[in-house]
Parts: sequence; C-alpha cells; structure tokens
Amino acid sequence: MDVQATTPLDPRVLDCMLPYLMHYYGNPHSRTHAYGWESESAMERARQQVASLIGADPREIFFTSGATESNNLAIKGVARFYKSRKKHIITTQTEHKCVLDSCRYLETEGFRVTYLPVKSNGLIDLKELENALQPDTSLVSIMTVNNEIGVKQPISDIGQICSSRKVFFHTDAAQAVGKIPMDVNDMKIDLMSISGHKIYGPKGVGAIYVRRRPRVRLEPLQSGGGQERGMRSGTVPTPLAVGLGAACEVSQQEMEYDYKRISVLADRLVTKIMTEIPDVVMNGDPEHHYPGCINLSFAYVEGESLLMALKDVALSSGRFGIGRFTTEEEVDYTVQKCIQHVKRLREMSPLWEMVQDGVDLKSIKWTQH
Amino acid sequence: MAASSRAQVLRLYRAMLRESQRFTAYGYRTYAIRRIRDAFRENKHLKDSEEIQTLVNKARTNLEIIHRQVTIGQLYSTQKLVIESLENRDNLII
Repeated sequence: MDVQATTPLDPRVLDCMLPYLMHYYGNPHSRTHAYGWESESAMERARQQVASLIGADPREIFFTSGATESNNLAIKGVARFYKSRKKHIITTQTEHKCVLDSCRYLETEGFRVTYLPVKSNGLIDLKELENALQPDTSLVSIMTVNNEIGVKQPISDIGQICSSRKVFFHTDAAQAVGKIPMDVNDMKIDLMSISGHKIYGPKGVGAIYVRRRPRVRLEPLQSGGGQERGMRSGTVPTPLAVGLGAACEVSQQEMEYDYKRISVLADRLVTKIMTEIPDVVMNGDPEHHYPGCINLSFAYVEGESLLMALKDVALSSGRFGIGRFTTEEEVDYTVQKCIQHVKRLREMSPLWEMVQDGVDLKSIKWTQH
Repeated sequence: MAASSRAQVLRLYRAMLRESQRFTAYGYRTYAIRRIRDAFRENKHLKDSEEIQTLVNKARTNLEIIHRQVTIGQLYSTQKLVIESLENRDNLII
C-alpha cells in the first residue's frame, strides 16, 4: 500500500518492453542500419504516447533517467540560462527533496529563492504567490499532486498567474500524470517532470516537457553527443522509453476507470477507520485531493510503533497508497489491522488514559528530567 | 470476415477469464479478471457490428498479451502474499 513510492509494472507495459530487451537491441541513434532504425521508430512512438497524455507536441518531450533528473534540468537549466537578467525563483516548502535541493544548490550560485509556505490544508495561497513574484523571477516550481499528503495544487490558477506575469511555470507532475487529466496548454504549464515508475512503468526512466511556443530555453545538465536535440546527451534507453510510452498510453485509456475505482476504495478505507476509532484526522484539503494517497494521523499513537505493528502491510509513515492493482481485500485487511493496532497502542498510552479520564492535555505541566 | 456472433464473444470472454486465472501474481490476476468482467459488461449493450468487431479485435490482442505474461510470471514466480494465505482469509472479519 505504498504506491507513492513506486508502482508495479503493468503487464501490458512489460509486454511492449520485452522485444527491445531481447531481439531489437539497436541503438536508436545509429542512423545507418535497420537495428538503429527500428529502435528509433520505437523511441519516437513512445515519445508520441507521452506527448499525447499531456496534450503536448512530441518535439517538446525529452527522455531522462527519471523525475529527479527532470526536476534538476528544469530548475537549474532554466535558472542558469536566464541568469544574466533573472535571479529569483519561487517554489513551495512541500516540494520533493530533489526540487528543494536543486534550489538550495542554486542559492550557493547566487540565486534568490522564495519557499512559499502552505496553508494548514496543504494548498498554497495564490495571493502569496502573486506577492512573491518579482521583476527578476525566472521560474515558479510547484508540484501538482503531493506524494505525502495527496493534495492537488490549483495548477490552472498558478499557470494563469505565471503566464500573465511572463514567468515560466514548472510542475513536478510525477504523482499526477496518468492519474488525473493534465493538459499543458489548458493549464499553461511551461515545464513538466514525468516519472516512469509512478505510473506502472519501468524504473530508471522519466521525461521532461519543455514548451516550444513561447520557447523555453534551458542550459542542459548532461554534456555529450547531443542526443535529444542537445537537451540531454546520452543514448536513450529504448526498452525503458518504450515502457514509459506504453505506461502513458495505458494510463490514458484506463484513467477514468482507475480513478473511479480508487475513489471508491479510498472512501471505504477512510470511512471504515473513522467509524471504528475516534480521533483520526485526514491530512490535506478533502476537496482538492487525489484519492489514491491518503494520509492519516492517529492521535495519542506513535507513528513508528504503528508502522512496525503493521508489519505485513507495506506502508510509509501514515500514508495509505491505493493504486490500479489494489484490491478490496487488501484495503479491508489493512483497515482491520490498523484498527486493531491503534486500539492496542492506545491502551498502552498514558496520554490516552489521561484523555479518557477527562484530563485536558493542554493543562498538564510536564516536569523536566 | 463475418461480424462476431454473441457465441464467439462469449467464448472469447471465457477464454480471457480462464487465462487470467493462471497469473501467479495476486495483483495481476485480480486486476485482469476484474477488468475483463467490467469491460465486457460495459459494452454488452452495443449493437453496431463494426464497433463490436473493433473491440473483439482489441480483446483478442489482450488475450495474447495475457497469455505471454502469464507464462513469464510462471517462469519467475515467487511466494504467495500475506493476503493470499488461507489463515489470513479466516481473520478477515469485516
């Protein structure tokens, strides 16, 4: 139940990849023979599949090693290209480590970074974003769906603000692509990071979308033979690219079906837990939320103890992940175990005992040791 | 080629379910069976023979995919998941 960390390969994706891992092993950049040509055509087909999922042109899609590389490319690449006139970047405090780390690194290069806080529901304040924009802001980077809480940021609104102020808008859409409809033109997105292994594709591959009209320029990170129009040198791993393309195509077909099913299972999980045990809080705005990522806080229970007690369920820190292959049985099993262990841990908790006796925890004077 | 008859579609449906039962991976097996049932159910009212034929062809392709992936799964199979073992079946009270 940790699909935010990674997802299994969809069998349809593996089926597309295998021929390129076995017989069709050509380098897609070899121009002189059939091995190269067939590998190239598979790569270009995959590029079209990725583009089609997000409403982009295939020439705007570049294969990378994953969303981390795409994020690095977007942030460092754009910042460095425009550094002669623009020195300011805006992001949020809840971004993925690779985004935050890239920004921190840019600060050592002399850039200024504003880390926008989020409201208690996990969403950014659009007014704060507008106020943070400066004449020398080159880029705003805000993730679409948060991987810990599952909140969906108001991407279209952010895109609108950025485009009206002529600032480039990058979004880390690793958890959103293929799960909710994304359109780079409707949402006015200039750069987007895509991850293969979050959408039932292979690990080790991702993509970056870079808008052509109006043109977004960036300084490449990886130097070499000029592959991917110079954006990202290095032989494109055809089997992985084919896998990413297939995963995108399958996701496009299955999006509605998966979304409906996952919503039902998410409701089931939350309702069952909340009716059985009190003092459970679901983190994140309930309306602007992707159902497949549920983050719960159980009052008076220590997180690590609960995670260790739930030893035969793969969970991460209060986050329940529901995906395409999650079954009702798995949800019921997880719910049952969760309820059982929360009750048990609360029995052991002195705080819980005090609350049951009617003590107001805020009135306690804790002694020092 | 004549359009697929009701009997042919049913035969295909049963063949797909039968093949999907052979997946060794719990998640793939349950997904395939569920998806096939829901997809055939969703389209059972269709009358246009061209539409039906397109879907039948898609289903035949998927059947071939399932067959290949089932075989591969059997070559690389692993232990059963917690959710699949019998003792836990009895523990599911809810």
